[in-house]
This record gives sequence, structure tokens and C-alpha cells, in this order.
Amino acid sequence: MATTHTHSAARLMMAPSVILLLLWMIVPLSMTVYFSFLRYNLLMPGTESFAGFMNYRFFLTDPAFFQAIGNTLILVGGVLFATVAGGIALALLLNQPMFGQGIVRILVIAPFFVMPTVSALVWKNMLMNPVNGLFASLARFLGFQPIDFLSSIPLTSISLIVAWQWLPFATLILLTALQSLSEEQNEAAEMDGANAWNRLIYIILPHMARAITVVVLIETIFLLSVFAEILVTTNGGPGTESTNLTYLVYMQALLQFDVGGASAGGIIAVILANIVAIFLVRMIGKNLED
Amino acid sequence: MGSIRLENVSKHFGEHAVIPSIDLEINDGEFVVFVGPSGCGKSTLLRLIAGLEDVTGGRILIDGDDATAKPPAKRGLAMVFQSYALYPHMSVRSNIGFPLKMANLDKAEIDRKVNDAAAILNLTDYLERKPRALSGGQRQRVAIGRAIVRSPECFLFDEPLSNLDAALRVNMRLEISELHQQLGATSIYVTHDQVEAMTMADKIVVLRAGNIEQVGSPLELYRSPANLFVAGFIGSPKMNFIDGKAAEEFGAHTIGIRPEHVALSTESGKWMGKVAVSEHLGSDTFLHVDVPELGHITTRTDGEFPVRHGDTVFISPDPERLYRFNADGLAA
Ligand SMILES: Nc1ncnc2c1ncn2[C@@H]1O[C@H](COP(=O)(O)OP(=O)(O)O)[C@@H](O)[C@H]1O
Ligand SMILES: [Mg+2]
Repeated sequence: MATTHTHSAARLMMAPSVILLLLWMIVPLSMTVYFSFLRYNLLMPGTESFAGFMNYRFFLTDPAFFQAIGNTLILVGGVLFATVAGGIALALLLNQPMFGQGIVRILVIAPFFVMPTVSALVWKNMLMNPVNGLFASLARFLGFQPIDFLSSIPLTSISLIVAWQWLPFATLILLTALQSLSEEQNEAAEMDGANAWNRLIYIILPHMARAITVVVLIETIFLLSVFAEILVTTNGGPGTESTNLTYLVYMQALLQFDVGGASAGGIIAVILANIVAIFLVRMIGKNLED
Repeated sequence: MGSIRLENVSKHFGEHAVIPSIDLEINDGEFVVFVGPSGCGKSTLLRLIAGLEDVTGGRILIDGDDATAKPPAKRGLAMVFQSYALYPHMSVRSNIGFPLKMANLDKAEIDRKVNDAAAILNLTDYLERKPRALSGGQRQRVAIGRAIVRSPECFLFDEPLSNLDAALRVNMRLEISELHQQLGATSIYVTHDQVEAMTMADKIVVLRAGNIEQVGSPLELYRSPANLFVAGFIGSPKMNFIDGKAAEEFGAHTIGIRPEHVALSTESGKWMGKVAVSEHLGSDTFLHVDVPELGHITTRTDGEFPVRHGDTVFISPDPERLYRFNADGLAA
């Protein structure tokens, strides 16, 4: 039985960590909010002055802003689709009994351990390079004109790289879910006349629904802030074709030295991320209940 | 029609021969029970018939047609699993209707059949619930419902009552028997509980280590067990076995006496012993008697036999109902 006394004692004991966490979050956030209302350019130090909503107005009316929002959503959506669909396929494959199962599973997880900058550079220089890349050689071998991936289809290429990095995560979570499906249920469905496709649709996918939700939620959080892959491959270009919100904020702050504008962008990004989060939790969060 | 015939069927898991070789005939409409201790291969045999495992050798004939290579769904059988194997994300209605949906029946037809099955099984009020909101007995009924909607040739049950409590088990036992009378389809029922076997079966198949020890009606097995194993397995409480001098007196290596086939007296009789434990059940009394030289003998007598721990009793076996076994354990 928890008494009033133990309650207040518990509160007291928890207070330091709660306060620390709060400071950890509140201080940077309020500094960002503060900066977003200043005219603050690193090229003109000492001339900071209150600017009202000017930074927000500039950021929100910048044509690059809308493209960045679009790009962010396409990137998140595309990668989510690719990793969930691919993850389900791989999980089904890896769940089959086969020779060297353990080794294969470790190999599949491997891309997750490669740093984003490194994997993006590998993709850029060794695979997608229009002159020396593997894809270009392959295209020439088959008699096609090689594509310059990063300049002709920059956003798709980046999505491809990011999807490659996140596929192992999705596969791992979905495989675990698949392994917890009772064999008897599968057999019952088989006796009931369900073929492999029907078993997938009516038995396996509903069983994995919760795991798919977890994958979508976690990946969304990280995919909203993809940065390294863009920085080392396209620099957001050509033009702003592959600029997402994170990258736009970075350009504002460190390429144009406009701390005020970047802070305003950061706050807008936070608000947008929250909107996405609310939508997601509304749409699929109910899978996590019970 | 639902006759099933096993010809020389064997099953190996790697080196391990779980079922060396079995021949068995199951007639249309029969209620057959596979009974035997845990791990003797009952489930494996059932799964071979269902098509969930491939045979290593031999043939399985269903209605005279070779079904050995047919996939499970094409054999016209329905199975009730020990864990029920209900689909947790589907309502009871969808669970029961699932086999019909897979058979591409139209919606109205499915609804009609599901409602019929639900009425037979007293599930009408629960059709919209999810399995997790049901009790054990109700889940069991849903599993049975899913089996009966397809009107299969034959039902396969794998220890369907083992997850229920004792009182419910007795109820469900009756219900399954009634259902069998009502539907008339062949049923194969696996259990390790000889009481279930005795009460439900038309024909009992006693298995040990993948071999058939004896096949027969409950009373045949009770009256004339073929060997020591069957004699000890069928009947409750277990048959008493006595060997040595006392057995030679009856011209056998081992004699078997059922607890209910002895006369008890407090004054005189063939063997004298002391009551170790007396269990009074009201209608019956089970006396566990220690007889010098013979050992422990279980006896059954009427409810009001007035003895207690430590009392002396005399036991006389009924010579007409004494079982004689030779040195190989076979009935002599
Ligand atoms: N898939 C399998 N692989 C290897 N051995 C198995 C497998 N299934 C069952 N067995 C073995 O076969 C024997 C019989 O099992 P089972 O038919 O489940 O027994 P029962 O149902 O009579 O308790 C057991 O010794 C078990 O270990
Ligand atoms: Mg079993």
C-alpha cells in the first residue's frame, strides 16, 4: 500500500532527475525561441536587436521552405514505405529454416552499424558515381546510358541510401514479431484452407501490426531529421531539390550566418514534427493499446 | 463418408523413429480415441493424418483415395488444437467463419452457417467478442465451431480438454460426445487420459512408443487386455499386478487383479493385510492395503466399508476375473 508519506518521499527522490531533464530540454528550447525573435547575424556581431516575427515571416515565405517541407515528407514517406515493405519481405525470408541462418541474420543487421556519413559516401562514390560507380558500369554493360543519380534524381537517391540504412532495423523488429507467431495458428489456418498469400494477409500481417507501428513511429522520429546523408551527397541540391527542413535550417544558420532565421526555422520544424507525431499517434497509435 | 486407413505408416524425425510402422482402419462415423502416455507419438500420428507432417513411409487412404501427398486443406478434415489456435485479432464470428471465407462462400451463406454453429455451441451471445474476452471453455467451443462449419468428413482433436479445469472437462467431454452423435462424422481424438478414452470412444487405440498395443472397444480393452501395458493403462484405479509365488499358484508369471474385482472382509479371506490409506468418496471407498509378501494392493469397495488406517482386512480375488500374464507380459 502506497501511503501519502511514501508518495511525497517518492516525489522528493525523483525531483532531481525530473528537474535535470526539464532544464536539459527547456534551456535550449527557450534560447532558440529567444533567438528566433532577434535580428542576429554572425557577420555583424554586437548588432542584435528585437525583430518581432520578421524571422518567421522570412522563413515561411521563402520558396525553399515549401519545397523543404515537401521533400521532408517525401523522404520520410518513401523510406517508411520501402523499409516496412522490404522489412516484411526480408523477415519472412529470414524466418524460413535455412543453412547458416545465424550468419545471414548478422549480415542483414550490419548496415545499421555503418555511420550515415560513411554509408552515404560509399553510395555516392562507389555505387552511384556516373563514371566509376557500380551502377554506371552495370548500365553500360547492359547497353544503357548511365544515370547521374545524385543530380538527376537527387531525392530518390537519398531516399534509397537512407532506406538501405533503416532496412535492417525494420527487418530485425519485424522478424522478432514473426518469430512470436505460434506455429499452431499457422497450421490451423492451413487446415482452414488458407494458402500462403491468405495466411500472410489474415494471420501474419495482423500479428505483426504492433511491430509495424513501432517501426513506423521510431523511424519517423529519426527520418524527420535526416541530415548527414544530404550534406555529404548533394548539399541539398541541385538548387533546393533535395533540401529537407533540417538542411534548410542548417543553410540558414551556417551558410548565411543568420542565427535568428535559423532559430525561427528550428521552431517551425519542431512544430511540424509535433503535428506529424500527433497524426501518427492518432492514426496508428491505437495499435499499441491493450 | 469418412473412413481412414493407414497402411504401414511410419515417421522418423532424423534418426529417431517416432512411429516405426502402423496399420489402422477407422470406419466411417466412428469415434476413435488414440490413448497413451505422453511422448508416445499420438500427436505425431494425428498430424500425419491431418497432413501437417509428411509420412516417412506408407500410405494414408481417406475414403479409399490415396491422400498421402494431399495438402491438409484438401483432405476434408478439420482439427481442434490443444492450444485452440484461435486467431486473436478476429472476432468469434470471423474465427468461425474463416474456413468458409477461405472457401470463397458468399457473405450470406457464411453468416447463416456461423449462426447455426454458434447456436449448436451456445456461442450466439459472444459472436462479436475477441477470443481474449472469452473463458477457456468458450474458447474451446469456438475452436470446435471453426471445425464444424466446414462439415468435414472427419474431426481431429488433439488433447482438446487438457487446458480446462476438471469440472469443465467433464462437461465438455459430454458435449463433444453429444456433438458426435448429432453430426455423425468420424472423429479421431487424442488424449493421455484413459478416463476420456473410456467414456467417449467407440474404439480405443492404445499406443506405446509409436506402436499400437491394442485396438478395441472400451469394454473389450477392459475385459481382455492383450498385455500388461494395456491392463495397467485402462481402468481406474490401476490394476494390481502380483508376481512370484502367489502368481504361480494361479499358473501364471504375473497376475492382475482390478481393485473392483476383490471381495473384502474384516474376518476372513485369502490374503491378510493392513490398511495404509482409506479414501472415502461417499459412493465408493478406495483402500490401499499393505499385504506382506505381495506388497501394496489397491481395492475398491462400497462407500460405507468401516475400516480405517491400521485396521486388518482380508482380501480375496474373484477367480473369474483374474488376469494371467506370461513372462513376456502377454495375456495368457
Ligand atoms: N518436430 C519434431 N522434431 C523432432 N522430434 C519430434 C517432433 N515432434 C515430435 N517429436 C518427438 O516425437 C515423440 C512423440 O511426440 P508426440 O507425438 O508429440 O507425443 P504425444 O503427443 O503422444 O505426447 C516425442 O519423443 C517428441 O520428442
Ligand atoms: Mg501431444
